[in-house]
Amino acid sequence: MKVTRDVVEKIAELAQLQIPDGELAAVSEKMSRVLDLVEEMQSADTAGIEPMANPLDATQLLRPDVVTEHDQRRLYQDIAPETKDGLYLVPKVID
Amino acid sequence: MLHERTITELRLGLENGEFSAEELTRHYLSRLEGPSQDINAFITVTGNIALERAKKSDIDRSKGHAGPLSGIPIAHKDVFCTRGVRTSAGSLILDKFIAPYSATVVEKLEQAGAVMLGKTNQDEFAMGSSNENSHYGPVLNPWDRTRVPGGSSGGSAAAVAAGLCAASTGTDTGGSIRQPSSFCGVTGIKPTYGRISRWGIIAYASSLDQAGPITQTAEDAALMLEVMAGHDPKDSTSIAAGVPRYTDSLANPIKGLRIGLCQEYFDEGLDATTGKLIMEAVAVLESQGAVISEVSLSTTRYAVPAYYVIAPAECSANLSRYDGVRFGHRCENPKDLDDLYKRTRSEAFGNEVKQRILVGAFALSTGYYDAYYRKAQQVRRLIRNDFQEAFKTVDLLLSPTAPTPAFRIGEKSDDQVAMYLQDIYTISSNLAGLPAISIPAGIHGHLPTGLQLIGNYLDEARLLNVAHQYQLQTNWHKLSPPAGGTA
Repeated sequence: MKVTRDVVEKIAELAQLQIPDGELAAVSEKMSRVLDLVEEMQSADTAGIEPMANPLDATQLLRPDVVTEHDQRRLYQDIAPETKDGLYLVPKVID
Repeated sequence: MLHERTITELRLGLENGEFSAEELTRHYLSRLEGPSQDINAFITVTGNIALERAKKSDIDRSKGHAGPLSGIPIAHKDVFCTRGVRTSAGSLILDKFIAPYSATVVEKLEQAGAVMLGKTNQDEFAMGSSNENSHYGPVLNPWDRTRVPGGSSGGSAAAVAAGLCAASTGTDTGGSIRQPSSFCGVTGIKPTYGRISRWGIIAYASSLDQAGPITQTAEDAALMLEVMAGHDPKDSTSIAAGVPRYTDSLANPIKGLRIGLCQEYFDEGLDATTGKLIMEAVAVLESQGAVISEVSLSTTRYAVPAYYVIAPAECSANLSRYDGVRFGHRCENPKDLDDLYKRTRSEAFGNEVKQRILVGAFALSTGYYDAYYRKAQQVRRLIRNDFQEAFKTVDLLLSPTAPTPAFRIGEKSDDQVAMYLQDIYTISSNLAGLPAISIPAGIHGHLPTGLQLIGNYLDEARLLNVAHQYQLQTNWHKLSPPAGGTA
């Protein structure tokens, strides 16, 4: 499948990535090659086949409804780029 | 030399008081500063932690409290979180990330007495088959420093091969334990999906990722796996089944064992000499009483395509957490939130990682989901069904681990699709969730060649048993790379 520059720009926006204008052609070319490789899969007859998300078709295990974790906010916020009063700081969103 | 000994031999030496854990650790730490460290196998060496652990191990032993791996120097792939130690996953985005907790696997090995020497180099976020996608530079193959060690657990495999640690941990999403093990002439097992907890392992593709040990021998792999495996309440996908003592079944005879050769894994893409070496290994197993037959896995050609939808899709979701807000790299002076996200991610992810995120986001996007992601998951079930059909007539499957021996650094870095096809024999077992092992099975020119055995679900004991029986008859696993590596 040929991926156009427009598609790359749209997908990059969804993925929160910046692709410089100068690299758009190369990126779309690379994506197209991967999707060409993937194309082979389309010839498989999958009519009536249930999609498989887990190899063992495992379902979610339940555990007793008791508290097992304690508050580790300070530990986890120690490694954050910027925090204040227990909150994560980001640039102002609303003026 | 101490670093040529297996875990089994080192355990004996420690038990007999031939050397202490501290002496053993100092020996390895001196090697990590010696000429062999030029292969760039380690991202971080944790000398002080290692010596502290080794001393504790000696005290524990003197009190009669030695664990199964007490005093054994090991290394962790840098994708395993290690409390208080940088855990980079080979990425600039985590270059300054000090993990606030340890992965379950790391904790289990620590409780068993293992001594962590450091963290090994890898492809960024475990995406790659050559270890060339690391922010910390490529790892060199100790057998030939102009060649790649394989990937993504390239540092872990190269470190064991070069005698820089007695064993290491790796992860395998599409072949990332087995292919580097094959390229470096060591033993590596990817267990059944869910056999080992994924908690604390930096995620790439969660439905495929599985940890495993890389060692010199199958016997050592059994020792490591006994410690690493088991259910973990912190990982809901870990299997709630008891862990067998894998070492107990190593001596079982393999007479009558039914081994299937998958026709599709001996195709035109397979290097002729590699194929010949694998058939020589088959003859060894046959002489030990194994019954060989041919089987067909007709869905093999769909495996690489399905993988390159599912893995990127899951990676695009998993890697959305790197946003410069809670941990990891943040760009300088973001002008707004959008700029913060985009610039942080764009400047700190490598090209291959960005490429896979884009492919994954595309496969999951409106209008393409059914044709790509859903289709790939259906194909995945077909692949699993194919294996289940094969296991009705054979006990395990045998193939080369990779189509060629280690290739040259830079040889495939411009041809992504050629790189992706490196994993053609390993990827199916990840999609199906089956256990598989790679063991040394010959020398191709001056480079090691690996043999892969694939078993049915939770049949790790049989894989290790057969691998051990093969290693009793052959010496390939005992070969060490020449000093300095030939060019």
